[in-house]
Amino acid sequence: MANLKDIRSRIASVQSTKQITNAMKMVSAAKLRKAQDAVTRIRPYANKQHEILEHLSASGLDISENPYAEKREPKKVMIVAISSNRGLCGPFNANVSKKVIELLTTVYAEQFQHKHVHILTLGKKGGDILASKGYRTFERADHVYEDLTFGKVSEYANTMMKEFIDGKYDRIDFVYNQFKNAAVQILRHEQFLPIHTSASAGNHKTDYIFEPDVDSIVKQIVPNTLRTMLYKVLIDSFAAEQGARMTAMHKATDNATQMIRELKLTYNKARQAAITTEILEITAGAEALKG
Amino acid sequence: MYLEIISPEKTLYEGEVQALVLPGTGGSFGILKNHAAMISSLKAGKIKITEADKKEVFFEIKGGTAEVQKNNIIVLAE
Repeated sequence: MANLKDIRSRIASVQSTKQITNAMKMVSAAKLRKAQDAVTRIRPYANKQHEILEHLSASGLDISENPYAEKREPKKVMIVAISSNRGLCGPFNANVSKKVIELLTTVYAEQFQHKHVHILTLGKKGGDILASKGYRTFERADHVYEDLTFGKVSEYANTMMKEFIDGKYDRIDFVYNQFKNAAVQILRHEQFLPIHTSASAGNHKTDYIFEPDVDSIVKQIVPNTLRTMLYKVLIDSFAAEQGARMTAMHKATDNATQMIRELKLTYNKARQAAITTEILEITAGAEALKG
Repeated sequence: MYLEIISPEKTLYEGEVQALVLPGTGGSFGILKNHAAMISSLKAGKIKITEADKKEVFFEIKGGTAEVQKNNIIVLAE
């Protein structure tokens, strides 16, 4: 049986680990609330934008003529892997990189062999995992999380859109964790460019007046939708990260509590055994003296 | 008329209005009750809202899109 001092110091160390995980859980919970608010704020905007786009196509407008909707043979592909800058959030980052590797070996295997797949990672951890497995990431933009505002994110979206128009890429995909609730993240793989609009069965055909004209509206609303899309994905991923970390830290705290309980039991047993032995020794000694 | 001004980061305005003036790309224009259905792009400028009690409210936007349909106005500001 381990000696008493060893057990005592182990209890102390588990206790302090528990304190840390518990604090991290609290911090994530607070950040989660803020991130969740951001998610709920962006949703009406994205939905309304989608609605307008649908109304546009319902009134007989063809979005597919837009340069951002041009379908080309996907020879050059960019995969945007959205993970997090910090670890300790369960399988959050591993899931993203796993999905990226899966894409590289299945859907984009051919392009990957010709080195025509570029991986852009947003988030340090996802990039690190990919790098450690020998997948070269083409570009990293980890500092995007430091300032997660629409204006900042738009710059990234604009760059991607420009590269698509210039023919640097024929297809741009996102891999990210979508926020469902605090405990559940859904891993998503979405096509960013070319943009695809659902051919909506718009039964409410309205004759719109277009100001100044249809072309300029489409020219404005399509890039805008794309920018919103990237922003929404990032906001979603950020909220999902906090949720994942909260769950992971909650589990860690629970495990630490369980561990302390078991250690205390062993400690008390050992202590009792030591006392029993001591009493036995004393009584045996007394008996011997009486002798 | 019911007006909603939404930005990606928050809802800026929501409520019943009497009239409003929007900074359209081709020049600013006003909207009153029973305006025909319209979609317009907006440039940077000021939105002027006249509320039900004639009070005037202004919003600064950097551009966006507006949709008018059946006395429901949605402004997607940037």
